[in-house]
Amino acid sequence: MFLLKLLTRNALRHRLRTGLTILGITIAILAFGLLRTVITAWYAGVNASSAARLISRNAISLTFSLPISYLERIRQVEGVKSVSYANWFGGVYITEKNFFPNFAIEPKSYFELYPEFVLSPEAERAFVTDRKGCVAGRKMAERFGWKVGDNITLKGTIYPGTWDFVLRGIYRGAEKSTDENQFFFHWDYLNETLKKTVPRRADQVGVVILGLKSPLTAAETSLAVDARFKNSLAETLTETEKAFQLSFISMTEAIVVAIRIVSFVVIIIIMAVVANTMAMTARERIGEYAIFKAMGFRGYYIAGMVFGESLFIAMTGCAVGIALTFPVAAKFGEIMGAFFPVFQVERSTLYLDVVFCLLVGLVAAVFPTWRAVRIGIADGLRRIG
Amino acid sequence: MQDSGERRIVVSIRNAAKSYQRGSQVVPVLEEISFEIFQGEFLALMGPSGSGKSTLLNLIAGIDSVDRGSILVDGVDIATLGERELAGWRAAHVGFIFQFYNLIPVLTAFENVELPLLLTPLGRRARREHVEAALEVVGLADRMEHYPSQLSGGQQQRVAIARAVVSDPSILVADEPTGDLDRVSAEEILRLMARLNSEFGKTIIMVTHDPRAAEKAHTVRHLEKGVLSDVPS
Repeated sequence: MFLLKLLTRNALRHRLRTGLTILGITIAILAFGLLRTVITAWYAGVNASSAARLISRNAISLTFSLPISYLERIRQVEGVKSVSYANWFGGVYITEKNFFPNFAIEPKSYFELYPEFVLSPEAERAFVTDRKGCVAGRKMAERFGWKVGDNITLKGTIYPGTWDFVLRGIYRGAEKSTDENQFFFHWDYLNETLKKTVPRRADQVGVVILGLKSPLTAAETSLAVDARFKNSLAETLTETEKAFQLSFISMTEAIVVAIRIVSFVVIIIIMAVVANTMAMTARERIGEYAIFKAMGFRGYYIAGMVFGESLFIAMTGCAVGIALTFPVAAKFGEIMGAFFPVFQVERSTLYLDVVFCLLVGLVAAVFPTWRAVRIGIADGLRRIG
Repeated sequence: MQDSGERRIVVSIRNAAKSYQRGSQVVPVLEEISFEIFQGEFLALMGPSGSGKSTLLNLIAGIDSVDRGSILVDGVDIATLGERELAGWRAAHVGFIFQFYNLIPVLTAFENVELPLLLTPLGRRARREHVEAALEVVGLADRMEHYPSQLSGGQQQRVAIARAVVSDPSILVADEPTGDLDRVSAEEILRLMARLNSEFGKTIIMVTHDPRAAEKAHTVRHLEKGVLSDVPS
């Protein structure tokens, strides 16, 4: 108890220095937390993937499509329960800054396969029956101030022209991790327009989504689908939804690695800052440590004083940093909602914050403790005065 | 141990020698010193700067070790004790009074005096009683909650004396206890030390430059270039 009182008062002896060190740790923890959350957000699609869904696409690349006629043949494959399809539309709402993912889908089967997108029965009915209808995620609707019944116009990039829609529903996520920043409209609307304007691009789908009878059959089902279209004009590549999402992440793997490295560099820098503070502290108090030793206090008590003070500073910064991470991450997620639809601080990030702060506190105190414990009493006393 | 006049010997130094290494050079500080200090004696060690008096004090207090010879305190040869035993021995047998008081600035007068008692098995209440008694003896019972920065130099030294005596050690070692004080405060401190010696029977070994301080001692010994000589007080 006495030791706790002593190290707390010692830590507050140079308030400015301690305050600045705590501020440094707070900023480091905040930066670390945000960078870790960015990485988590990067993998949000992967984490939200269902093991009961497969994605089939053109084996050459995603930019190549598959004929709609494949649908029935895929449906007949053993293990397939249901099938849907979608096209990445790539439309722009007013300006390119307003980026959000938008897909042409077959509404009924698509929403059956994605129960995590929750739409009221009335909204679903209204969407299904209106060929120009569309639905948007809750966050996106809030972002643009859309209400059901609003007219929305997208400018096509992959499919040129101006595309008008009527908002028929706003879906919400069943889970916290569900992306509420997507936009869906009828594939038929896209296809009929293409038949009139660019007929050679009609009757094509970007991906086919397969609902499995059992997730355990994913491997053989995907092999069976790909075997069925072997040596055809458009061979398929069928993989789990998770693998499909990971293939996107792998394109940006270098960025993720860079962010990860920077997050650890931040911790190393702050470790050096705290170590410097503790080294200065121990140097200033070497005389006091000598007095303690002269009175009969042993090395472990001196070590407790230095380690305790270092941990007090590190853990105070950690607590403030963690407390600030939540509101800052919420604001960051709000601003970057289009790129990171799910931006949540994970519990594992908080655990890492605590572990790293403990590590910073302990490592920073090692050298000063070594000096403080080893100092000869007579030598230490000579430095006073 | 007792001398012929039945006085008990507290400290017995036999052929103690000490030197320091300065770079490649070995500098002798104390050479073959032998003498005794008796129970209840008030000894002043005098001598010019660098004569080895603080080194001798450190050897007696067990915060430095002899190169040769022996130092027996209450019959224990402290040169044979390991670091751990020596720390325990100092806590039980030695009270320190320093020139610059050396109080811990973040602790109150009460807490500073309480420090040595943290190494004893005493409970909280017993510690409080001891600290209050010690501060009463030095006349600072009303300043218990004051921090060192809120006390004058003389008051700080009195707190340091209370800290030195609170655990009832066999010997008090004082290194220039009045060296940083004005004449009036110095006189107060010397009177207090004399009282501790006469009323409470404390054995005091004091290093000083000040002849007025040495006048309070029963015995004055001079150190010159590491060699001890007697000067009757």
